[in-house]
Amino acid sequence: MISLRTISARFANGTAGLPAVSLLVAALVAAPVISLAILAAKGSGDLWPHLAAYVLPQAISDTLLLLVGTGVLVIVIGTSAAWLVTAYEFPGRHFFQWALLLPLAMPTYIIAYAYLDLLHPIGPVQTALRAALGLSSPRDLILPDIRSMGGCILLFGFVLYPYVYFSTRAMFVMQMANLVEVGRTLGAGSLGIFLRVALPLARPAIAVGTSLALMDALNDIGASEFLGVRTMTVSIYSTWVNRSNLPGAAQIALIMLALVIALILIERFARRRQSYAGSTQRARRLVPERLRGVKALGAWLACALPIFIGFVAPALYLFVEALARLRFAGLSSSLLTQIGNTVLISALATIVSLALGLVLAFTARMMRNAVTDVILRVASLGYALPGTVLAIGLLGPLALMDDAIASVSELLTGRTTGLVMSASGVALIYAYVARFLTISTGNVESGLSRLSLSLDHAARTLGESAGGVSRRIHLPLISPALASAALLVFVDCMKELPATLLLRPLNFETLATHLYGEAARGTYEDGSIAALAIVLFGLLPMILLARTSRAPKKAGLHMPQREGVAHG
Amino acid sequence: MVRGPFQAALPRARCAGFLVIENVRQTYDGVEALRDVSLAVAPGEILCLLGASGCGKTTLLRLAAGVEAPSGGRILLDGVEVAGPTNFVPPEKRGVGLVFQDYALFPHMTVLENVMFGLRHLPQAQARELAMRGLARVALDHYADSYPQLLSGGEQQRVALARALAPRPSVILMDEPFSNLDQRLRESIREETMTLLREEGISAVVVTHDPEEAMHIADRIALMRKGEIVQTGTAEDLYFCPESLFAARFFCDLNELEAQAQGGEVITPLGTFAAPHIPDGPCVVCIRPQALLFDTDRGGIESTITARRFLGRVDRLRVKVPGIEQDVHARLRDARAFRPGQIVRLAVDARDVLVFPQRDHDKGKAGA
Repeated sequence: MISLRTISARFANGTAGLPAVSLLVAALVAAPVISLAILAAKGSGDLWPHLAAYVLPQAISDTLLLLVGTGVLVIVIGTSAAWLVTAYEFPGRHFFQWALLLPLAMPTYIIAYAYLDLLHPIGPVQTALRAALGLSSPRDLILPDIRSMGGCILLFGFVLYPYVYFSTRAMFVMQMANLVEVGRTLGAGSLGIFLRVALPLARPAIAVGTSLALMDALNDIGASEFLGVRTMTVSIYSTWVNRSNLPGAAQIALIMLALVIALILIERFARRRQSYAGSTQRARRLVPERLRGVKALGAWLACALPIFIGFVAPALYLFVEALARLRFAGLSSSLLTQIGNTVLISALATIVSLALGLVLAFTARMMRNAVTDVILRVASLGYALPGTVLAIGLLGPLALMDDAIASVSELLTGRTTGLVMSASGVALIYAYVARFLTISTGNVESGLSRLSLSLDHAARTLGESAGGVSRRIHLPLISPALASAALLVFVDCMKELPATLLLRPLNFETLATHLYGEAARGTYEDGSIAALAIVLFGLLPMILLARTSRAPKKAGLHMPQREGVAHG
Repeated sequence: MVRGPFQAALPRARCAGFLVIENVRQTYDGVEALRDVSLAVAPGEILCLLGASGCGKTTLLRLAAGVEAPSGGRILLDGVEVAGPTNFVPPEKRGVGLVFQDYALFPHMTVLENVMFGLRHLPQAQARELAMRGLARVALDHYADSYPQLLSGGEQQRVALARALAPRPSVILMDEPFSNLDQRLRESIREETMTLLREEGISAVVVTHDPEEAMHIADRIALMRKGEIVQTGTAEDLYFCPESLFAARFFCDLNELEAQAQGGEVITPLGTFAAPHIPDGPCVVCIRPQALLFDTDRGGIESTITARRFLGRVDRLRVKVPGIEQDVHARLRDARAFRPGQIVRLAVDARDVLVFPQRDHDKGKAGA
């Protein structure tokens, strides 16, 4: 008796290599986690008591405090902004709907960098304040220092809330109309509707958005370091780079991985009843209630403030500084090299991510079963790994590969090679692909899921092979999804800092590492052009998001797609 | 050697296909979607797979097309095994045409490119000519360069048909091909399609859940239930001689009365009916709504009309019959003379009465 699997394998003839490649991809993504565990098991020798006594307690408590504070702030800002622009009509509402996404273009390390200078005692804000108050010396006006836990939470909140805003608004727009109207007829007021109907229903979306924001916060290296918060990411970096203690860094990384897993579990728990959210009747848009007078002004301010703090002020500052710098010194050749480096390495990583994303998504479409499900899950793990953790985990596999290449080369040519993987930038591309593969897989998968399986079957019965169907039907039809995936992966690669810092070849600078170096040296103004360039590139996916969020069914562009496509 | 649609580079004379399904089973995660289904479609025959949703009719169609492989059994096309224990011919090598409920037209290709999709083995010019001829056949050649989204539902359906027919398949398989059309359009498109299929002499399997549609189009109907074929035959066979209460119910809204059969007869409040092959014991007497005769010279049971509803061609009446708990419903042409509350004498035309032995799974609907 022949098994079903061999029959389905024969049915999908011409695509037999797909699962094998997918398995390889999953193995490559899983490799850093396994390697990390092995590394940590080796122990850090004499340093462990020191780590346990002096580094870890503060790292853990700082990290937790930062996560809790940022979490509360992004939920408050994100959900209230989303509710305001959905449920109420007031001047500027349509502008705010997309403008509220703008802070996403601002990486955490850039906003910290900008505010450090903006709020510096001799920076523009304090100088203007003193002028207004008639004070002459910086010592006469003592403001709370932005270089503190509170400052860090505040900045993270204002720059990361769009994750919550985006996911929650999609939910508000599509799911709520009938429920809100029923709630009103049952006597609930505006605030009552928000607290008793909208918020509980949006809980799964809030959970998704918040977990993404917190992943970003956890991943951050620049901002917390500039602002003097000793998070685990910062500790990993300094344990490795300053103390040259790799096993110690790996141990901290492993603890951090546990934190990530806890975060994901909390998110799962918080949206455990998500089924009700997706299963409501036909979606109808909520008719917004018109606000007038003071109320309208209040809504306007509540929407304008996050945009101003999270985007307009720092972007304006960067623009002014960059302009001044350009006037003063022109565009330096090293900056051009850095732009070239950034674009090249990001483009290569994007191409690889797209190719592998296609392989994974096609595997899922053509032969969805328990095995391919696990493969897909594992292959999308990388998004949850903070950049520093990923970088440490990658060292082992990279060394193995370098060894293998060296011995093969010795066998063939009699000469050994050096550290090919690490020195050539392949390591960096590996890290980018492992981290951002989910974005391309998710986009391709959601593009494919919108194509009815009957298209596949029609093409097959008209004489086309399985591979031919992918080429002639799927690829042309998902090209918009591919384009948006490419854009998102490219920009994420450009902005990536922690893994780039640790894995880049010697003397290889991207815009992000250049900025980090300038900020670490305290020479802020030199970094402004690089920062502005990153923000400008970061605006591209914002435009895409703003356009697609008009049809919120396509939501999830930047969201890792953890749920598989239902088998049709 | 497997016969494919494209063995010859030139269009060959069509020979209508011969599809045989032998003891086919299909299981999804331990759930049986099809159990031991056997069926044969003769060359040139149009066969309808009829059943409620979830009965396995679409699964059977997909197995025949080759977009799924069966868990067991064999499928033969023109005498050649295309699916079996050791053999599986993928859909692109089978030479079957498939038409979907949603038409599955490729949105990134023009109407002409859609129809040419299956003609890649031919030189471009020849493929184009054949495709244009196919489009002309469904009177859509003037839309050749349009994109399918711009066409109406009926036009899309015709394009899908032209596309499926273009590679000259030996069998065409259609999954609810008319159910996305509104009712008026449905009838005319259905007529056109069936005329085309009969002119081409092509074998066809059409899936539908609508018994009336099946009667309209099929040479033969295979009635399915829970993964099995319960009865195969012509429309008349199934309507007049249903082998089970299920089959009878599928084709007609019945008045069902529970009664006792004894000595080849069954006595009901509406009269005594012959039940020649029914074993003694509980049985169900089914009376078609049109079997009830009002105030005729045959006499009858004195009953009370409880409601009347005008439905156009016929009127629907509800009647309270002494000794029957629920109202009996009847269909009558021009029943305007009858009013609720009126006493009538009710008789039954015995030709429209069916008797079945009562089985456990038939309970629940009886008396409705």
